[in-house]
Amino acid sequence: MIDFTSIEQMIAGAEQAGLPLWKGIQLSDCQRQNITPEASWARMSAMLEAMTQADGGYRAGDRSRSGLTGGDGGKMSDYGQGETLCGPFLTDVMAGALRMGECNACMKRIVAAPTAGACGVLPAVLLPCRKHLGVSDEALIQALYVASGFGMVIAARASISGAEGGCQAEIGSAAAMAAPALVHLQGGAPAQMAHACAMAVKNLLGLVCDPVGGLVEVPCVKRNVIGAMDALSAAQMALAGIESRVPPDQVLDAMAEVGRSLPHTLRETGRGGLAATPFGLEYAPKSE
Amino acid sequence: MNLFDILGPVMVGPSSSHTAGAVRIGRMARALLGQTPVQAELLLHGSFASTGEGHGTHQALIAGLLGLAPDDSRVPDSFSLAKERGLTFTFGTRELRDVHPNSVLIRLEGERGGRLEVGASSPGGGRIKVFQVDGLDTSFTGELPTLVVHNSDKPGCVSQVTGALAAQGLNVATLQLNRGGRGGSAVMVIECDQPVSEATAQWLRSLPGILRVNRYTPDQEEPL
Repeated sequence: MIDFTSIEQMIAGAEQAGLPLWKGIQLSDCQRQNITPEASWARMSAMLEAMTQADGGYRAGDRSRSGLTGGDGGKMSDYGQGETLCGPFLTDVMAGALRMGECNACMKRIVAAPTAGACGVLPAVLLPCRKHLGVSDEALIQALYVASGFGMVIAARASISGAEGGCQAEIGSAAAMAAPALVHLQGGAPAQMAHACAMAVKNLLGLVCDPVGGLVEVPCVKRNVIGAMDALSAAQMALAGIESRVPPDQVLDAMAEVGRSLPHTLRETGRGGLAATPFGLEYAPKSE
Repeated sequence: MNLFDILGPVMVGPSSSHTAGAVRIGRMARALLGQTPVQAELLLHGSFASTGEGHGTHQALIAGLLGLAPDDSRVPDSFSLAKERGLTFTFGTRELRDVHPNSVLIRLEGERGGRLEVGASSPGGGRIKVFQVDGLDTSFTGELPTLVVHNSDKPGCVSQVTGALAAQGLNVATLQLNRGGRGGSAVMVIECDQPVSEATAQWLRSLPGILRVNRYTPDQEEPL
């Protein structure tokens, strides 16, 4: 039985049981929930299927109720038709993050991962791995277990709520879940997954939650792009053997402490940062 | 907390608190009414009132009253669905005291004339809390099978009900009891470890002093 209160203990638990990390995470959750591994696998594959469907349901012509969101995923795909700055893989990742963030703002069906506002990060980095890296759905589902296991530790040690910990707790957490998932897909070791998670968190430490009008649109949609890019860079650093100097669990503790220190105005109240700019104030709620 | 609280729920966007939670509040109100609602008055409080419009909170609440789940892609179109199904509704705002900013007070009338007033909040992640039923304070989340029993405030009502549940092999997880005033009406909220069948609810209704029994069974929302 894995303890989800520390990355170190989660990895040690799976190692002691002689299991790959994803399998250890799956079996421990099955035990806690009293469900079979088959039922758990079916549910996780339904999550991958729902992400894939959501991505396919994007329409560049859709607009959110506020009118602030829509069309950017289409622009990125159009740009990707020609020569791009970042190359085909990264362009697909960015387009995927924008598409999912926009689907969410336009009231389409998405998978909260870990939240609705950060729903674009995981699918943005994972789904293009089918085409660009030849990854199987089976491997992607295993990667989702890895992501969820790290997410459990982040939720237990820090936070996955913007109202509690700022955007570092939403986009930052999503990136910190996606980075070890990518390391898993590339055959990296559990210790590399831990460092990938830690580096992804560190790079977005202190990111504030300052949504214009209190809506999950500006800057949330585009922050899914930076979350995806953060996950890729952290995973690649870990795969190169680069380590977080600060031990991963201590990084999560720092994230919790930084979240608590953020002022109320920068924790999903829509009263600080971008929300408090002259542009942002035009969208501020009337009452309250 | 389990893996699917981290990865999930599958839901219609944009917000787990203002959209998915709002759908769940509507579903809960419908279940507690125990019949198909035909008229609804919804009074939004705090952040639901101020940012609900941009989050589709209004559509989400009506979708829930129609029995839709948080991942039903018809959630944004619930107003036209309500028209088709004969549910009329009005929205207003109301300052409620000592409640979470994401809260709503819903007054319902059902197809068989039943009436219900329920107050509920959506504190985040799609979780909900019912803080009031027919003017009496409550605190339950719908995460467990739940019975809401309206009874006359007379000796023996509670033991009759819990005795009947025990006879069915149902284990009581929590029990809350509130009353309007001495000798008036009271409401009992019982969270059970096992689902409560309609037959059991029916039996409870036949007991003396029991005015109304409604039950809520948690959704199996994902996977579809």
